[in-house]
Amino acid sequence: MSKLIFELSTEGRGARAQWPQTPAEALDDLPGELRRRTPPALPHLSELQVVRHYTRLSQRNFSIDTHFYPLGSCTMKYNPRGAHRAASQPGFLQRHPLAPPALSQGVLGCLHRLQAILEEVTGMRGVSLAPMAGAQGEFAGIAMIRAYHEARGDHERKEILIPTAAHGTNPATASMCGYRVREIPVTSGGDVDLEALQQAVGPHTAGLMMTNPSTCGVFETQIRAIADTIHGAGGLLYYDGANLNAILGKVRPGDMGFDVIHMNLHKTFATPHGGGGPGAGPVGVNERLLPFLPRPLVVEDRTADDGLHYRWADKAESPHSIGTLSAFGGNIGILLRALAYALLLGRDGLLRVAEYATLNANYLARALEDAGFQLAFPQRRASHEFIITLQREAREWGVGATDFAKRLLDHGVHAPTVHFPLLIPECLLIEPTETEDLATLDAFVAAMQATRREAEAHPDRLHQAPHTMPIGRLDEVSAARNPDLVWRGDPPMA
Amino acid sequence: MPFIPHTEAEVGQMLARIDAPSVAALFEEIPSELRAAPLDLHDGLNEMDMLRWMGAQARKDEGTLCFAGAGCYDHHIPAAVWDIATRGEFMTAYTPYQAEASQGTLQLIYEYQSMMAHLMAMDLSNASLYDGASGLGEALLMAVRGNRGSRSRRVLVADSLNPRYRGAAQTIVGPQHIELVPLALDASGVTDTEVLAEHEGLDFAALVIQQPNYFGRLESVHSLTDWAHAQGMLVIAVVNPIAAAVLAPPGEWGENGADIAVGDGQPLGIPMASGGPSFGFMCCTERLVRQMPGRLIGRATDARGTPGYTLVLQAREQHIRRSKATSNICTNQGLLVTAATIHMALLGATGLAQVATACHHANNQLLRHLTAIPGVQVRFDGPHFHEAAVRLPVDPATVLTQLAAEGILGGVPLAPDYPGLSDCLLVCATEMRTDADMARFAGALARTLTAPPRCQAGA
Repeated sequence: MSKLIFELSTEGRGARAQWPQTPAEALDDLPGELRRRTPPALPHLSELQVVRHYTRLSQRNFSIDTHFYPLGSCTMKYNPRGAHRAASQPGFLQRHPLAPPALSQGVLGCLHRLQAILEEVTGMRGVSLAPMAGAQGEFAGIAMIRAYHEARGDHERKEILIPTAAHGTNPATASMCGYRVREIPVTSGGDVDLEALQQAVGPHTAGLMMTNPSTCGVFETQIRAIADTIHGAGGLLYYDGANLNAILGKVRPGDMGFDVIHMNLHKTFATPHGGGGPGAGPVGVNERLLPFLPRPLVVEDRTADDGLHYRWADKAESPHSIGTLSAFGGNIGILLRALAYALLLGRDGLLRVAEYATLNANYLARALEDAGFQLAFPQRRASHEFIITLQREAREWGVGATDFAKRLLDHGVHAPTVHFPLLIPECLLIEPTETEDLATLDAFVAAMQATRREAEAHPDRLHQAPHTMPIGRLDEVSAARNPDLVWRGDPPMA
Repeated sequence: MPFIPHTEAEVGQMLARIDAPSVAALFEEIPSELRAAPLDLHDGLNEMDMLRWMGAQARKDEGTLCFAGAGCYDHHIPAAVWDIATRGEFMTAYTPYQAEASQGTLQLIYEYQSMMAHLMAMDLSNASLYDGASGLGEALLMAVRGNRGSRSRRVLVADSLNPRYRGAAQTIVGPQHIELVPLALDASGVTDTEVLAEHEGLDFAALVIQQPNYFGRLESVHSLTDWAHAQGMLVIAVVNPIAAAVLAPPGEWGENGADIAVGDGQPLGIPMASGGPSFGFMCCTERLVRQMPGRLIGRATDARGTPGYTLVLQAREQHIRRSKATSNICTNQGLLVTAATIHMALLGATGLAQVATACHHANNQLLRHLTAIPGVQVRFDGPHFHEAAVRLPVDPATVLTQLAAEGILGGVPLAPDYPGLSDCLLVCATEMRTDADMARFAGALARTLTAPPRCQAGA
């Protein structure tokens, strides 16, 4: 086990090179009753202690840089170091968010270029870079749908339709935007049940949220019929860009009939996941939703006589905007990394992303099928991801998807997404991404086969897995009953 | 092919395995009428050329002397912070859903939650939100859900709150019909206690107070908190984490402390970087834990009794509760929390207090420099922390343009958000600004005030 940073503390120690020198009486003009009485219980440490502690903690992680991460719907591909360097230059890091255009032409020019690239890639008319993650992009998208209906005086549309295979953020977003959620079933072929959809739509329908390819790992071929059904009922179509990696340059959401889309740049545009963020979730819209885009937007003024070609649009230029989503302009550092990635790949490189992500997924699906695993949709072509179901293994040997996932960690592979989508029992959702080589894919198949053999012979080894990680499975039930969220000087409850 | 490792031979081998004639054939399920024409985009660049272009862009914005704050502050960041935070094992890890393979990130977040709870003197902290402004939006939703004694969807919001926080919060709570009711300023730039009586006996879910407020003035947080609690409201504190090292922390406001504390973590080791990515922090009382949005990390033990860390209370979250979740938030700002945790560990309580003291000292120095110029005054009487509104004898927008021409960001104009303060600039000096920097700013400002704006040639 690893000690907590608090347990390394000794009163009187400190990383003094980091302390500015200022006389304490500098605070004397502040009223005493508004001053802090006791210092916070932060640890007292040397700089080396801090560096060593966190370096060691980092080594207790899986990461893309160290492990294969076939995590479905998360697109854990290589994060180019060049993009990180491009965004880490002093001119970008030291810019205050409220610096005027005269001191900001560099960053504004970058953002404008990224807006244009994303418009082209998605086939949309306008893009706002403001949302700070996928879920915030979803919020912005559904808030725009709401603003659109309200602007037309159409107040009866109170329901958002969502296929059962959707990410949890979709229904949560619809609720946050004040909508009722109605789930639409998915057929055994992995497509939206068109008949059920046709029965569900009506004057109460505000819109439909979906991914394509879906989280079932297949392309929704009836997309035009779905779009016609929704539009025919007066609703709008929302594209969850979680799976955009699968179709870059192949088919564009705007051409499929979607009215609004969010992109996860931390997936498709390879910005690092950071152990849970930051992301960036720009939104793109077609003509009818343009007036509602979230602020701020960068505009170009080629003829500006002061040479300032880029500026933030004035509030008065977007009076119908749903508003701002953060204090400033969103996660600009992530947007710069995404731009650097797009510059590196260009037209042909972006197309190859979809092609090789799809090649890798189909190869892996076939290899696992040949090894005896059951695909959830064997009759379909996999997109960039696919699902296997371990229903048979669970029935015969009592080992489920979670047991497989945990045992894979011992093989040095991050677990695929487990038990999602919810409609497929004991499933693993597997997304290898385009940046993995053939040898890595073959090693994964070998690890899966070994795990399967073990499941048959020694199911307990899987139930107790992992065996080689710093800890075993944690007792999450008692952790939830009596949550220990803050260190207060006591040992953990056994 | 950038970042794609496949050789031609391997591609052939893989296609043969899946019985496909070509890579393009893998997209046969996409109806042909939907397929895209070649994208109208640039040719790909190699890394050298990409860095050349991005470098030229970055250099256009480099070298500004910054006297702006307003929610984003230019602090020293210890070199170790980002050296460690950008290790690939932290930077390229996913959300720690697989606890056994993510103990590094999980333990770090548990340490972060602990440090933040101690700094705010609150019961607990979550693992982060996007930023302070959107965090306030989440706090409002949480207060409306969590205030069992109130049926109101209205919250009182002091006018001294950062207007950018008000704006983003409004966007986030608007669709749920939550109304932000303003509380006016008094002549000294703090919440007017005289107007509080007008709101007594009315049902509000919460009161929002920022300390130090947008103008750097100190609110009477103790009496405001006690008043709000007596009226059955929850208290939402919006605070600067550096200031919390020397000012009464939210958990110690009034008799019982604030119920929710939110703010932006940027001052804790995050570069300004155009305002993002940064992170929002949120702390609350034990009573509200099940209303908390976002991720929470808890300490637990495995079958052998080894302590470890894992996501807890996930039944609040979207991937479990779907439409009944406390928020739709999923990805948050993990890497920034990593940096902030290392930052707080390095600085410690003493170091953070010293940074706060140095900032306060620097800002007072700056105000002395500026008010030595005829016609320039501090707008509000009384102590300021970190920043202040100064009144200029000419239009601040014109002044800022002229200062920008000299590479100086001379503050933030108050006109767009406070028509009554249209002659004011919000200025800030952190510990990073030297006396020479301030003299340069004051000299440039004095010149713009004495010389008429440069005229067009021939005018």
